[in-house]
Amino acid sequence: MIRLQGISREFLVGDQTIKAIRDIDLFLDAGEYVAIMGPSGSGKSTLLNIIGLLDRPTAGTYLLADQDVTSLSDNEIAGVRQTKIGFVFQFFHLVARLSAAENIALPMILAGIPPAERRERVNKVLGSIGLSDRAYHRPDQLSGGQRQRVAIARATVMNPEFILADEPTGNLDSKSGQDVLRILEGLNNQGIMLLVVTHDPEIGARARRLIRIVDGAIESDIQQ
Amino acid sequence: MILRDIIKLTISSLRAHRLRSALTALGIGIGIAAVVLLTSIGEGLQRYVLSEFTQFGTHLLMVSPGKTKTAGISGAVLATVKPLTIEDSESLRGIKDVIGVVPVIQGNAEVEYGRRGRRTTVIGAGHDAPVIWKLKVAVGRFLPADDAAAARAFVVLGAKVKQELFGASSPLGSRIRVGTESFRVIGVLETKGQFLGFDLDDAVYIPTSRALETFNREGLMEVDVLYSDHADVERLQTNIKGRLIARHGREDFTIVTQEQMLDVLGYVLEVLTFAVAALGGISLLVGGIGILTIMIIAVNERTSEVGLLRALGAKRIQILVLFLGEAVTLSALGGALGLAAGFGIAQLLKLTVPALPVQMTWPFVLFALALATLVGAVAGVMPARRAAALDPVEALRAE
Repeated sequence: MIRLQGISREFLVGDQTIKAIRDIDLFLDAGEYVAIMGPSGSGKSTLLNIIGLLDRPTAGTYLLADQDVTSLSDNEIAGVRQTKIGFVFQFFHLVARLSAAENIALPMILAGIPPAERRERVNKVLGSIGLSDRAYHRPDQLSGGQRQRVAIARATVMNPEFILADEPTGNLDSKSGQDVLRILEGLNNQGIMLLVVTHDPEIGARARRLIRIVDGAIESDIQQ
Repeated sequence: MILRDIIKLTISSLRAHRLRSALTALGIGIGIAAVVLLTSIGEGLQRYVLSEFTQFGTHLLMVSPGKTKTAGISGAVLATVKPLTIEDSESLRGIKDVIGVVPVIQGNAEVEYGRRGRRTTVIGAGHDAPVIWKLKVAVGRFLPADDAAAARAFVVLGAKVKQELFGASSPLGSRIRVGTESFRVIGVLETKGQFLGFDLDDAVYIPTSRALETFNREGLMEVDVLYSDHADVERLQTNIKGRLIARHGREDFTIVTQEQMLDVLGYVLEVLTFAVAALGGISLLVGGIGILTIMIIAVNERTSEVGLLRALGAKRIQILVLFLGEAVTLSALGGALGLAAGFGIAQLLKLTVPALPVQMTWPFVLFALALATLVGAVAGVMPARRAAALDPVEALRAE
């Protein structure tokens, strides 16, 4: 579970301070399916980055599984990202020179997991996204939907507690988008918390909890 | 991260830009090849020159007239330098550890036999010359141990002179003319080859006292002294100095041992080798700058990849290691390439230009390879640190 208390994030642009996130309190329980929506520049991506430990708040406390992560060192945070959080990006962020299987194995390579175990786990997740026959294809040999499925496989291969997806369908046609959403929701059904930032009202409608952010503050928080 | 994975990732990114990686490695390769080649030639030259000098043996010292000093002496004092005489030379024989003494004169003169003549080097020497200069007599014998004052008019021919004057026939007993006087041939030397371009076989040897007359000289050019292996060289020098001062009244001569000469020579050649190595080092430096450039470009191109790796849980140090690994791999690859090329060219030189002494030395080669790797590491540090310091959010946004 995730608990944010009084989280703010300020940026210094020139000599002006811009408040991207203002004093947000938020509690997300394990296994939830949450969509965050809001206009461009409302701060929803910043919030996602803070929750994903890519960015640090300028004020407030962030408890992740009852651990205060705002005080952790850079290396400790990297460790938390590695084991607890899976990222899915709008532009996939696959490494172009590596095959699908190698891309999926990247988090395990960074974690120092031995090759034999890696191979086994890669094969398992490749099967779960239905791309076993594309293991040795490079990203430029895959369609957009296939790329995003590889990216999801990479996000799940470390068995994280949360998956944070930033516009996961924003760059896909509607059919591929549906496929990707189904896979993500399938993971949520297995108990992984799914947090999706999106512009797409359809995803917003499908999520069990919808949070609207405007000007860096939570405008509404509805259980659906 | 496992080392094997680091290497695999590194190689995959180098392979993604094959041409660029190859060219960058080539830069380092040329540097290493230059270092290897230049030091090989320098080292070969050094060995060649030293072996040229040591073919006469190393337990040798030379006494020459006049005192070499850095402080100036007025001309009036210089004029009082007494010539070194055959008697001076003979007086050294009694000194402990002295094995042989040769009073030396050298000049050029016309040598004639019948209608054949040849201008050649005439060396005035004593009977110890074969021992000291490692001369071998092919036919007959060398100059006998005559009384210096009344040495008989004998001559020993160098192999080439014999060939030119007598052809295939035996010269022993024949009379030839050296300068204005007549000498009887008593021996012919084995061929000895060249010494620093000077043909040792194109020479004749006559008794020193006769040479003094032939060249109308008052004193010797030098006295060569051979001493035993276990001699205390310092004491020997002191003894020789004492003996000659007693005869001359003052120190108007200079003693140089072969070892001192070789030391100086060796030092000069070592400096030379080092200097050419430094020249190669410059091209290595240029190669290093090439790596630096490519790594800076690589970090800029792969900023979003760095962001991704950080999101996947990479620590800063892991990013640093990956980029540093690329730089080191590039330079090590180039180093190995340059080493192979340098080695190949050295072997080729040996085959095609045998006169050019080329000698690979492993310490230099290993040093060059270590240097290449070091150059890569140094060149890679700045870009790698830059990559490691990237903010993940900013980096992910870059595309």
